Amino acid sequence: MDPVRVIEIKKSVFADNELDANNLRNELKTKGVYLLNLMSSPGSGKTTTLIRTIGLLKDKIRMAVMEADIDSDVDAVKIKEATGIQSIQLHTGGMCHLDAEMTRQGLDNVSLDQLDLVILENVGNLVCPAEFDTGAVSSAMILSVPEGHDKPLKYPLMFSVCDVVVVNKMDVLPYFDFDLEKCKAYVHMRNPKATVIPICAKTGEGVEVFAQWLLDEVTKWKQQ
Amino acid sequence: MHELGIVFYIIKDVKQAALDNGVEHVNAVVMNIGEVSTVIPDYLRDCWRWAADKEDVLRRAELKCNILPAVTFCEDCQREYETVKYGKTCPHCGSEHTYLVRGNEVEIKEIEV
Repeated sequence: MDPVRVIEIKKSVFADNELDANNLRNELKTKGVYLLNLMSSPGSGKTTTLIRTIGLLKDKIRMAVMEADIDSDVDAVKIKEATGIQSIQLHTGGMCHLDAEMTRQGLDNVSLDQLDLVILENVGNLVCPAEFDTGAVSSAMILSVPEGHDKPLKYPLMFSVCDVVVVNKMDVLPYFDFDLEKCKAYVHMRNPKATVIPICAKTGEGVEVFAQWLLDEVTKWKQQ
Repeated sequence: MHELGIVFYIIKDVKQAALDNGVEHVNAVVMNIGEVSTVIPDYLRDCWRWAADKEDVLRRAELKCNILPAVTFCEDCQREYETVKYGKTCPHCGSEHTYLVRGNEVEIKEIEV
């Protein structure tokens, strides 16, 4: 039998993705396009929040949405019908997250030269999307009241990679044991720099704060 | 939960390493997995078996996982402690100004050919 030969590799499995993500960010910078990676659990109200946000921003900046799901195109169709902006669906083919390569393939299908902002709605999941850099300029996540204020303790990585945590469904607060102050404290334990924005996507309350944050970010990115 | 995605990355890197080194068949891949990397070695091996057997160069190759202990450092008392046992709070001085030193690795250490 042949002797065993060992070839040392010593390489993080995320190294390639991080390189792809950094290259993608640099290209977006050159083109002046801002990419937001939006994450959350399934059912937290990402699509409804997006429709509200787009309504406030679409006359001010040129934007498109990429919806990532394991299957179906209900979200992309819903966004397009409700807002009229360019909206495409990405299928991850069973995968629980998007990586930089898949994001790039999606971006190849939107007219980047005519856009200021692309919002990537990642797969609904608090674990895996946090692990893979998509090449986005910043990340935001939506936590909804029924999910509970303890989520930052249970999913530490997700909360530590997000610049903004939107707390949705504030209208049902009286029916749940959700403590907004505790939630803020837990988020800041994971990420002292994160901004927490309480909203109700159904009524539109507070969505203007998130929209303004996004508008400021896009403006800064294009000026830098 | 994202073990399959990680397996695809491992396969891509190992195939490239095999090509670079003129290797026709890989017998084993050795991984360094940090205790708090969120990767579950059993799931990783299951996904590996399913995906690796579809590749000629990796068929029947074993995936070996070295588990690396997680260590956290306390900025206030400048000491290290076991992350899994004590979490974010330093057991020496009670401070929460701590950060993970190691234990987050998902790394291909080497391949046996």
